[in-house]
Amino acid sequence: MPKMISFETPKSILETVTMIETVATEMMRPAARYYDEHEHETPWDYINFMHQALQATGGLTMAPGPSTKDGTPRQDYQRLAHYVEALSWGDAGLYLCTPRGGLGAAAVSATGTPEQKARFLERFNGEKPVFSSMAITEPQAGSDTAAIKTTAVREGDQWVLNGEKIFVTGGRKSLEDTPGFVVVWATINPAAGREGIRSFVVEAGTPGCTVTKVEKKLGIRASDTTAILLNDCRVPLGNMLGDLEAKPRSGEGYKGVLRTFEATRPLVAASALGIARAALEFLKEALAEQGVEIRYGLPRSRMTNLEREVTDMEIGLRSAWLLTLRAVWMADNKLPINAEASMSKIKAGDVVVQITQRAVELLGPVGYSRRHLLEKWFRDAKINDLYEGTGQINRLIVARRILGYGRKELD
Amino acid sequence: MLVEAVRRYATTDLRPAAHEADERGEFSPGLIAKGWELGLLQGSVPESFGGFGDRSAVSGALAAEELAWGDLAGALAILTPNAFALPVLVGGNEAQKQEWLPPVIGSGWRPFSAALLEPHFDFTPSELRTVATSENGGFALTGKKTQVPFAAQADQLLVFADLNGSPQAFVVPRTAEGLHIGDRQQLLGLHALPLFEITLDHVRVPVEARLARLDFPLILASFQVAIAAAAIGVSRAGFEYALQYAKQREAFGGPIAQKQAIAFMLAEMATEIDGARLMVWEAAWQLDRGLPASKSAYLALLGAADTAMMVTDRAVQILGGHGYIREHPVERWMRDARGIQTFLGLAMV
Repeated sequence: MPKMISFETPKSILETVTMIETVATEMMRPAARYYDEHEHETPWDYINFMHQALQATGGLTMAPGPSTKDGTPRQDYQRLAHYVEALSWGDAGLYLCTPRGGLGAAAVSATGTPEQKARFLERFNGEKPVFSSMAITEPQAGSDTAAIKTTAVREGDQWVLNGEKIFVTGGRKSLEDTPGFVVVWATINPAAGREGIRSFVVEAGTPGCTVTKVEKKLGIRASDTTAILLNDCRVPLGNMLGDLEAKPRSGEGYKGVLRTFEATRPLVAASALGIARAALEFLKEALAEQGVEIRYGLPRSRMTNLEREVTDMEIGLRSAWLLTLRAVWMADNKLPINAEASMSKIKAGDVVVQITQRAVELLGPVGYSRRHLLEKWFRDAKINDLYEGTGQINRLIVARRILGYGRKELD
Repeated sequence: MLVEAVRRYATTDLRPAAHEADERGEFSPGLIAKGWELGLLQGSVPESFGGFGDRSAVSGALAAEELAWGDLAGALAILTPNAFALPVLVGGNEAQKQEWLPPVIGSGWRPFSAALLEPHFDFTPSELRTVATSENGGFALTGKKTQVPFAAQADQLLVFADLNGSPQAFVVPRTAEGLHIGDRQQLLGLHALPLFEITLDHVRVPVEARLARLDFPLILASFQVAIAAAAIGVSRAGFEYALQYAKQREAFGGPIAQKQAIAFMLAEMATEIDGARLMVWEAAWQLDRGLPASKSAYLALLGAADTAMMVTDRAVQILGGHGYIREHPVERWMRDARGIQTFLGLAMV
């Protein structure tokens, strides 16, 4: 039986979204072009403002919190999805520079012990903004995460990490700009394949961990994407996420790290859909300025081409957004979201790429011009079909789930 | 739960009978009467009018999906009286509800039907070409309607017609003078469902025949949600069948489901179905809450119809040549799916 979700957005979420929309309109949109054209400049104005704003609003954080004490369902992931959508509507690159969490914090949240959560997450509530990142991809291992070669070798009361990581979103902010951390995937037993993979918290300033490159990208240029070298980098035993003493069942460690993705994929979908909504609104406004109204309620045979394009975009956007809300609603209700998280990302990745590409096409020279942000959104959009699992990897995940297959049956 | 009962009926009655009904062009005796006993309409009408519940578009959408999963033609047959009675319930005054609701729900399934669609390619529900004119304290109706279920046997028809630029609904007895019922229509799909073109040639009805408080956009949205929910049911049928087939059919040394070319198609079908269903549910939820639902119901139907066509086409594709043979149901679902947008007005939730 498909799960009926709540279609009502909680009032407290709506109120904060209104606040975020002001930030998006007043602060992010005006800064978007500048940071697109000054690629490796850290957007401190946005970062500092957001840090203070998020701190001032108390509980507002970019990382989901623990369960509620009175047993009522959480709303943390739903809240996050709405925030991320609204911020990405403002600017997806700047959104990725939002302090008080990030992917590293999400990983600690999803897989850390209570002690680890206390130790690593406290820093996000401090006076100054702090960042965290995930370091998974290696030059020879992207979607095939089981092929990573970075090693973690236990020596006494330390883990010694060696290897090279690339495509670390926000790596420079986490390791150089602020006292944050990166969560590094490494193998404790290269012969064991994915069973040997664990995740390790490497804090800023740890000797042997250096940022070696900041990439130049198609889009989301406000956000730094870095390469990191781990050269005899030593971290305490307790930096391995999860319970060191507990004997993991077969594959448990790898499953643990994959849980992080389940939690973050709907948020990537939400980010994609913020961009998609921005592009669709821009398209409709540009058409309205020329006196082109979109009529609803007509059969396809009576629609103009523009009406057909726009209604199809609206259907895609709404369906992807509802798939996203379903995934976060289920996560808040502690339901497994393996397939649902991937479905939201498949659909959102497709929709944002389609909407931005079509909008640029339909607006001709206006769409193609850098006078407007639409061409930037076209560039920003594509990352959502790539990071946190490409569209193909997510199709593989959904296919395995609906077919009841494991890796052995469907590779 | 009601939906569970509907699912049981769809599984044990509708689905097994669907192939033969489609081939023979008629439902087996008792099939629709048994579906009527599920009480989908009776449970939507208050006790004061002979029913035992309140209308809920969400529950209706869930039921319509299950029924259509079993068989779309059968689902529409069971829901035909809904398309007559629910507009009366929502848009009639007290006297009209007292007069017309008890006969529909009082004595087993009876062919009360609605006539919305008109026979031209660019049919638009808000711009009806069938016209009502005021005449001698009543109305005269003139125009053509198409795909009217059970019109030849119907006790009463709810005919939608334009009155001074706005769509209105009129209760018309089948035997009214000037009402001509054409031959049974032969369509691409829905072979088991008897559908007729009707012609209204200055058909006179009294002033009380017009539903007094009709909110046409609301009725239209409810029609759209019902058909969209049915489209999800057809999609799910095709998806599930193709998935099971792909796991059993072997080629190149293993089940074809183990090939990404097939597995990815299935993943996309599942994703599209879930997304389209959520849009249907959202529109239904808005209807139940009294929120504006016109745009969302319209988009939900467009999306669900596209999904049904995409999914059923792929279901045929996954079965390959076997999908083209009528021994498998996927070709029927593909034919049914293409008509989704033209089934508007054949059911309401």
